[in-house]
Amino acid sequence: MKEPSIRRRIIYDKSFKTVIILLTFCSILPMLFILFFITSKGISAINWNFLTQLPRPVGEIGGGISNAIIGTLMLIGIGTAFSVPVGILAGIFLSENRKGKLASLTRLSVETLQGVPSIVIGIIAYIWLVVSMGSFSALSGGVALGLMMLPVIITATEQTLKLIPGSLKEASLALGVSYPRTILKVILPAGVSGIATGILLSIARVAGETAPLLFTAFGSPFMNLHVLKPINSLPLMIFNYATSPYPEWHTLAWGASFILIILVLGLNLFTKVVTKRWKVQF
Amino acid sequence: MLSESSFRKILSAAGVFILLLLVAIFFSLLIASLPAIQSFGVRFLFSSTWDPVKSEFGAFPFLVGTLATSFFALIISVVFSIPISIFLGEYSVQRTTATFIKSMVELLAGVPSVIYGFCGLFLLAPLVRILEMKLGVAPYGVGIFTASLVLSIMIIPYSASIGREVISLVPSDLKEAALSLGATRFEVIRKVILPYAGSGIVAGILLSLGRALGETMAVTMVIGNSNFIPKSIFSPANTLASVIANEFTEATGSLYLASLIELGLVLFIVTTIINLIGKLIIRRMGVEV
Amino acid sequence: MESTVLKIEKFSAFFGENQVLKEVSLSIPQNRITAIMGPSGCGKTTLIRCINRMHELIPDARVSGKIFLDHEDIYATDPIIVRRQIGMVFQKPNPFPMMSIYDNVIAGYNLNGIRLAKDEKDKIVEESLRKSALWEEVKGALYRRGTFLSGGQQQRLCIARALAMGPAVLLLDEPTSALDPKATSHIEELIVQLKETVSIILVTHNMAQAARVSDFAAFVYLGELVEFGPSGSVFTAPRDKRTEAYLTGKFG
Repeated sequence: MKEPSIRRRIIYDKSFKTVIILLTFCSILPMLFILFFITSKGISAINWNFLTQLPRPVGEIGGGISNAIIGTLMLIGIGTAFSVPVGILAGIFLSENRKGKLASLTRLSVETLQGVPSIVIGIIAYIWLVVSMGSFSALSGGVALGLMMLPVIITATEQTLKLIPGSLKEASLALGVSYPRTILKVILPAGVSGIATGILLSIARVAGETAPLLFTAFGSPFMNLHVLKPINSLPLMIFNYATSPYPEWHTLAWGASFILIILVLGLNLFTKVVTKRWKVQF
Repeated sequence: MLSESSFRKILSAAGVFILLLLVAIFFSLLIASLPAIQSFGVRFLFSSTWDPVKSEFGAFPFLVGTLATSFFALIISVVFSIPISIFLGEYSVQRTTATFIKSMVELLAGVPSVIYGFCGLFLLAPLVRILEMKLGVAPYGVGIFTASLVLSIMIIPYSASIGREVISLVPSDLKEAALSLGATRFEVIRKVILPYAGSGIVAGILLSLGRALGETMAVTMVIGNSNFIPKSIFSPANTLASVIANEFTEATGSLYLASLIELGLVLFIVTTIINLIGKLIIRRMGVEV
Repeated sequence: MESTVLKIEKFSAFFGENQVLKEVSLSIPQNRITAIMGPSGCGKTTLIRCINRMHELIPDARVSGKIFLDHEDIYATDPIIVRRQIGMVFQKPNPFPMMSIYDNVIAGYNLNGIRLAKDEKDKIVEESLRKSALWEEVKGALYRRGTFLSGGQQQRLCIARALAMGPAVLLLDEPTSALDPKATSHIEELIVQLKETVSIILVTHNMAQAARVSDFAAFVYLGELVEFGPSGSVFTAPRDKRTEAYLTGKFG
């Protein structure tokens, strides 16, 4: 019987560890590169004009991304209005019905919806809203984003409420409080932090989305506050300007990228930090 | 205030709504693709002509583009995501390093696709162009290779996080038993942990595949937008998602639009199947996704 | 002669096909402490959960027989009304973590949407906290969340919360099993004082506690009511062999 020498095995072990550590640390590099480049190229474009002015036609210097910022906020607002009420109710439904056919089918639907590519969501919003209304609109874009927010909110609500100990529900029911009131006034408030985190995460997810907006919100060089007209958004603007042949527009795109990445990564980090502090003691 | 049964009905209605939403999505895609399905039938999937002028549409170039980019991206990402899973699960001793790496990797998933595309276009493509010139290939800079690279970075977090969960589920008494018999760390990983966690890691890879298939913006910006079957890894191409993104708003004629929507239908079906298989495997292993 | 506040007549409870209570008949005397004892799994917790109609919340749960509260059939009344008249305190203290002490006590009213004037609420809160011997300890911290209280104090808070509704009967499900000995004796003293205002049913597996505190004792074994009588006689001269075996520790 031939036995591999112990020395050789130890060498393999140490080299393996080195390779693993190396590859792991290498994988952080892209993140650092991206942050570095966007900051260095984008920060020079940021100034008050940039944030408050509308984009200028090609060739004119200056101009800003104010319509894109407002547009992003509006689209997120519409998406939230659409997805939060339905999402929370569906999440309550799932946490209150652990078994059961409808609950299992609903859970399956939520998981499937989570995985639908964003461009397909855009096609759906196009078919449902743009075709029927005859034009691109902020509404259709907002609904598309809302569809993407739904699964995140539903899952966060369900998981949060599942963690709440059953004794809380019992205490309330034993006091003679009706079931609807128990859910809405005792259980739901106890889960507020988890649900709020879910909503913030869903916003972080859609704030940077472009594909669902390509043929719904469509984009616009103008400021628009009307829900039924096309509207610009930060990611749309970045896409259009980055793929254009004009260097001035490229600079604007870097600046917009900087704003967007701060928004999105900021939201992500915020939820991580705050989740720890909000956890209610049971 | 509401009665209990009315309240429960409202909750069930919310559940039904979600179910109907998904059914509606599928049927909307199906119905809107009908003109194309009726004109081309199954040929659609194998025809490589995409000619809006002649109203001849075939999905094959995009299937090739999608599979090629996803496949290469998957291979590249696995080289990094499995080591990350192993590192976080087995080697990281200090909490701060582990948290740092974990957060950094998770942030990768948070970066918007369009920003990946932007950086890919302006930072990576020039480098690829230099490489192509050295190799004597047409220096597009964009193409399947660049798209695969960008895509691989984007999907690392998905397989890494699931891999980590699955590895941490391996019972410690199994590991201790192996170590107490005199195995090295490497051997424990190779012979005990990876076999045990194997199917979970595969599931994580499937999920990142599902993500890669549907990825649109970053790929659109660096894949070169060509509707022909790519001849080599450095050729420009299009994926199912990128051709929809590029041509949807320009599509004139109902057959053109229906063909694009049919591409969306194919994408929907494929990603759904892959995601569900992945989630099924993970659930069998007992991990909360 | 003791007057009866709760009359249980041939009452059975089921989990699906499994019969957990077998035709139990029992008259709970008013303003007294009735202990319900028995080994684990004998059905005593199920019994009190049937009294405040919490048992039926479990899927597949079924009951037969009647329970009368002051001559009213509680299974013919809306369960929400029943639960307001019959309060319950649980094994592990469960104050509402998001609410202040004040709001916890008055929770029964707030959650039910019953509007009260501020001074009425203050009165109820103070009375309930006095009755549960917690007032002196928390009167300066009424608006803080209850989670800083010790286990024993939290349990007294739960008692106050149940008392605030003015129930006729108070069900205590092993209320001291999660508490340390000192807190336990405080609660036991409290229970004895409380019987003047409310009739108490105390489920306990702690025989010594039952002997110390109760006026009447019931022994339940395998879902049957084996024996019931004044505590003095049940503990010193049990009539049934099974009661004697339980009391002498032959099974537990």
